[in-house]
Amino acid sequence: MEDVAIIGVGLHPFGRHGDKSAYEMAADAVELALTDAGVTWNDVQCAFGGSWGVWTDPVTGLVGLSGLPFIHVFSACATGAATIQQAANAIRAGSGDIVVAVGTDKHARGSFKGDPTTTNVPAWYGENGQYVTTKFFGMKINKYMHDHGVSQETLAKVAAKNYRNGALNPKAFRRKPITEEEILSSPMLNYPLTSYMFCAPDEGAAAVVLCRADIAHLYTDTPVYVKATAIRTRNYGSYEVNTTWSPVEEDVAPTVHASRAAYEEAGIGPEDVDVIQVQDTDAGAEVIHMAENGFCADGEQEKLLADGATEITGPMPINTDGGLIANGEPIGASGLRQVHELVLQLRGHAGDRQVQGDPRVGYAQVYGAPGTAAATILAR
Amino acid sequence: MQKPIANVFTWPADDPQLLGGQCKDCGAITFPVQSRCPRCGTESMTELPLPRRGTLVSWTTQEFPPSANYMGDPTGKSFKPFGVGLVQLDDLVRVESRLTECDPQRLDFGMEVVLRIVPFYIDNDGNEIITFAFAPVGAQNSEER
Repeated sequence: MEDVAIIGVGLHPFGRHGDKSAYEMAADAVELALTDAGVTWNDVQCAFGGSWGVWTDPVTGLVGLSGLPFIHVFSACATGAATIQQAANAIRAGSGDIVVAVGTDKHARGSFKGDPTTTNVPAWYGENGQYVTTKFFGMKINKYMHDHGVSQETLAKVAAKNYRNGALNPKAFRRKPITEEEILSSPMLNYPLTSYMFCAPDEGAAAVVLCRADIAHLYTDTPVYVKATAIRTRNYGSYEVNTTWSPVEEDVAPTVHASRAAYEEAGIGPEDVDVIQVQDTDAGAEVIHMAENGFCADGEQEKLLADGATEITGPMPINTDGGLIANGEPIGASGLRQVHELVLQLRGHAGDRQVQGDPRVGYAQVYGAPGTAAATILAR
Repeated sequence: MQKPIANVFTWPADDPQLLGGQCKDCGAITFPVQSRCPRCGTESMTELPLPRRGTLVSWTTQEFPPSANYMGDPTGKSFKPFGVGLVQLDDLVRVESRLTECDPQRLDFGMEVVLRIVPFYIDNDGNEIITFAFAPVGAQNSEER
């Protein structure tokens, strides 16, 4: 199979951007990525765009009406990973030598709203007050803490770390450190998760330029290779976001299946990973995803967080750019933000938040409704 | 007039039951009933009234008003938090449900719960809309029916 390299990345800051449209943010991200790669839009032979709020191909009206094939992709919170996967596969299929993946969104303040029937859930589920993604995360971490001896203080440590990392990231939404005490005493939203333990839907865009690995040297001295992209939906037996029921017989979460597939495709294991980005919709999700992606056993998070293992300076750096907690979640862009951060880290260009020790392998995971997960592995 | 939020439980009934569905081919059980089986994909689901008692697999609280299509009274500033749980009914199926209790000190894993039909809101025609919730067994609740 054709190897694929990333030669350019671009990120429009995440946050609140007034009247600036999702398309304008996407165009900025594309321009940054093209400049980074040293190519022009007319060199791009195929593109994939992801967004929840807008369909993406009209961005060509801002970056160049070149007539290229431009496919819209949506896989909820895994959308960014889906655009990368489709872009890599397009190169492998011969659809183009240079392909762009772009994601953008501009969400209103507050938790995600919507019509449950658009995700095959009955209308009464929303009327009843159950169409709330955050309460699923509350239930999942509450049981996980009970089963595996993880404390609420550990959740606060995760959130505090991500706010600290965000403070080192000029493009993050939340750039102010918040103490564990403030996090624990912020309003309870869904027990045991407090307000400051959650990410917020916000606005932003990200873009990535990919090419055939054998021509990457024409554009960059520091190509980053796409070693694996795996996406999985629910198996019968998993209890996921936005569902009225689940079977008594349990299966592991879709993240576990995606993660195993990604390691197999890349031919590596979790012990080979140097920098990690996981879906921290809330601090509890980061704790659970540490185990679901194979970085520790269930329950080990309590000690790992106490030891600072997941700090930028630790042996297992997680969410080095502040993750979703500090960056918020423009759904279409979120997975590409992770890829942007990994590429900076693997190039050694992450500035104040650079992981030391010459990191070579990066891992990104996203997860969202209705139980769709993706794992992406990049390497120098 | 009293009206259920949806046709998902037996009503009127002295001992109301949630209405699930079971696949005639593979036996998979869902709540509510749906047209096709989530395990084998066949169009063979038939209605199955579910047990009234169960155990709490997990739970949380909903302490901010859910999104715009939430119908419960009261909402907005006077919104009253509620509990949410995943309830296992025998070894048949787990259902996600509101709980009548939302005090974390009074909720526990594996706790026995029982189905209640509770008042939910008054619609524009003056009908009292009722919904389902699970209550800890033995709990006193003024809203219970």
